[in-house]
Amino acid sequence: MYRAHILVCGGTGCSSSNSKEIFAKFESELKAAGLDKEVKTIMTGCFGLCALGPVVVVYPEGAFYSQVKVEDVPEIVSEHLLKGRIVTRLLYKETVAETGIRSLSETNFYKKQHRVALKLCGVINPENIDEYIAYDGYQALAKVLTEMTPQEVIDVISKSGLRGRGGAGFPTGRKWQFARNSVSDKKYVCCNADEGDPGAFMDRSVLEGDPHAVIEAMAIAAYAIGSDQGYVYIRAEYPIAVQRLQIAIKQAREYGLLGKNIFGTDFNFDLDIRLGAGAFVCGEETALMTSIEGKRGEPRVRPPFPAVKGLFGQPTILNNVETYANVAQIILNGPEWFASMGTEKSKGTKVFALGGKITNTGLVEIPMGTTLREIVEDIGGGIPNGKKFKAAQTGGPSGGCIPASLIDTPIDYDNLLAIGSMMGSGGLIVMDEDTCMVDIAKFFLEFTVEESCGKCTPCRIGNKRLLEMLEKVTSGRATMEDLDKMEKLCHYIKENSLCGLGQTAPNPVLSTLRYFREEYEAHVRDKRCPAGVCKKLITYSIDPTKCIGCSKCARNCPVEAIHGEIKKPYTIDTSKCIKCGACIDQCRFKAISKK
Amino acid sequence: MKSIQELQAIKEKMQKMINTRETTDDSDIRIVVGMATCGIAAGARPVLNKLSDEVLSRGLHHVKVIQTGCIGMCRYEPIVEVFVPGQEKVTYIHMTPEKAVRVINDHIVNGNVVQEYTVNKE
Ligand SMILES: Cc1cc2nc3c(=O)[nH]c(=O)nc-3n(C[C@H](O)[C@H](O)[C@H](O)COP(=O)(O)O)c2cc1C
Ligand code: SF4
Repeated sequence: MYRAHILVCGGTGCSSSNSKEIFAKFESELKAAGLDKEVKTIMTGCFGLCALGPVVVVYPEGAFYSQVKVEDVPEIVSEHLLKGRIVTRLLYKETVAETGIRSLSETNFYKKQHRVALKLCGVINPENIDEYIAYDGYQALAKVLTEMTPQEVIDVISKSGLRGRGGAGFPTGRKWQFARNSVSDKKYVCCNADEGDPGAFMDRSVLEGDPHAVIEAMAIAAYAIGSDQGYVYIRAEYPIAVQRLQIAIKQAREYGLLGKNIFGTDFNFDLDIRLGAGAFVCGEETALMTSIEGKRGEPRVRPPFPAVKGLFGQPTILNNVETYANVAQIILNGPEWFASMGTEKSKGTKVFALGGKITNTGLVEIPMGTTLREIVEDIGGGIPNGKKFKAAQTGGPSGGCIPASLIDTPIDYDNLLAIGSMMGSGGLIVMDEDTCMVDIAKFFLEFTVEESCGKCTPCRIGNKRLLEMLEKVTSGRATMEDLDKMEKLCHYIKENSLCGLGQTAPNPVLSTLRYFREEYEAHVRDKRCPAGVCKKLITYSIDPTKCIGCSKCARNCPVEAIHGEIKKPYTIDTSKCIKCGACIDQCRFKAISKK
Repeated sequence: MKSIQELQAIKEKMQKMINTRETTDDSDIRIVVGMATCGIAAGARPVLNKLSDEVLSRGLHHVKVIQTGCIGMCRYEPIVEVFVPGQEKVTYIHMTPEKAVRVINDHIVNGNVVQEYTVNKE
């Protein structure tokens, strides 16, 4: 038995900053100190505070060490684990209290969070099924198979108010009911782990930290609709998640939790992984199923809906990773428990990947109805460098921007739709005053133009033309009429595209036009980019009254566009300047400006 | 997995281990072992391990065994302090693994302070 546990984050973020070496170092140091029989080391999934990674937590004290380096390991072992002296200098600052350490759940980052889908991420070793079982794992499946009818399962899910976390927020119980009502001797259960939105990593973290939660939920879904085969569609770019999922499936098979006659009943279910090549459109449900069938991932017209005719022409349900991660807990805790969290029409919690201009980048899970302000200011720790909040983008390339004036909006499906954005899968990108909203719209549209499958004209050609018009704006060549034309084109694309990709692609443009029209107009009318981002519209100049002629800028200019004599004001040759900004960063006298 | 009993058995086996990983809250009993150089030299490590084994194997969820640095009375090491919420701290001195078992049994489980091991008896 072990008196202490060392949890090292093995999520993708921490792994890329050396957590594997840290883990190995702990093992060798513990051995050298003769502590390896007393102290256990565990590699977990994501803790959420990715900005402070690599993260190491030591129990029973619950000491949360952040930004740990391999060199710090011997000190933690000899001081904390041997002598019982917590290494304060490595503690996450917010957990340092006068009387020792403050619990993580009392820090600003965690206080307002409520972990349901992420409950066991950063708590268990995802590669050990026994640890999942210790935390009530597979109890829900046992209950469902031995005590409930399939219809009762669907009724519980419906009553909980769970809605799909993959984007559109379709009621999960209703989706399962449709599939249950379809008569066929073969049905399929699929999991969407494609996660193509730029900046999103919720689903990856769930699979890396708690893969069995998804497996268990898929088995429950299969029982509910009458299926015996499932597929997880996951992008090959997620190697750690794929590997953990493979291990989890293998362990579940060994325990007979996947396979034939599960829990001695006549229910059979098995699960396979299908790797995607990372095309955004393959996250769309019909394209995803076509891709699983081994064909080119292109969407098709609906109806027929997958619940009637899906994978291999059979009734199929497809749910998102995070949707599944809620299911077992709803079965165990009851639908009322789940429905007690959130707002009237959006129950439960939502995981967001916080990114962009925010102090605490990472993974957060909040009850539906939490305001954007709470997410940005309290949990996210505000905007770095004293900058002002300008907007937040949700829903990725299908979503829109929420301006500062709407920062008190409670986040749920319906509120986000009403203000021209959408929940999406949960990317939340924060932007500060230095962000140009036209440039942001262009960024997302470039992404969708690149990812459009090309099957239908409104999306393939319409979005390309829309992008060209945006480029006209950012280079100062557009007219006011172009803005109106753009808006018309947006609506045309939305109404006429075949699949969700095209139907939502213009959203970033529409929402920025709606809330930041004056910024577009500044580009068009005044040929000016107020945020100083669009390169074609800015010029760099040196203020001769501030320049002391130190020559530092000239020495750092990569194209030798700055000339002058020592101790006299320097000047920039704008015909040579490539607007890289190197000189601004170097000048200690704030003599260089861009306009 | 052919029955729920099998699942339950794994759960129980693991539960003891998982207990270590729960964060301490205010209603927990805390057993604190002095593990500075003085404590270790006097034999605090076997005491610490014994305490934590006993707590885990008996499944005492509300009890946390924690180590600390020097408690400041080095000649009495190994020292073990017991904090029961709402009660005064009890300090046990010159501890051994055998004494540790009795502290768990009498004090933690049955609520009777083992007076003869406490600092007041010295
Ligand atoms: C272009 C496009 C990309 C999508 N990408 C994803 C994705 O990466 N992950 C996901 O879960 N759903 C994605 N969706 C939504 C799925 O089509 C589908 O609605 C969802 O997986 C259903 O699961 P849910 O009901 O649990 O949300 C995408 C939709 C479109 C149109
Ligand atoms: S809307 Fe775009 S992605 Fe969807 S089918 Fe048409 S071309 Fe392909």
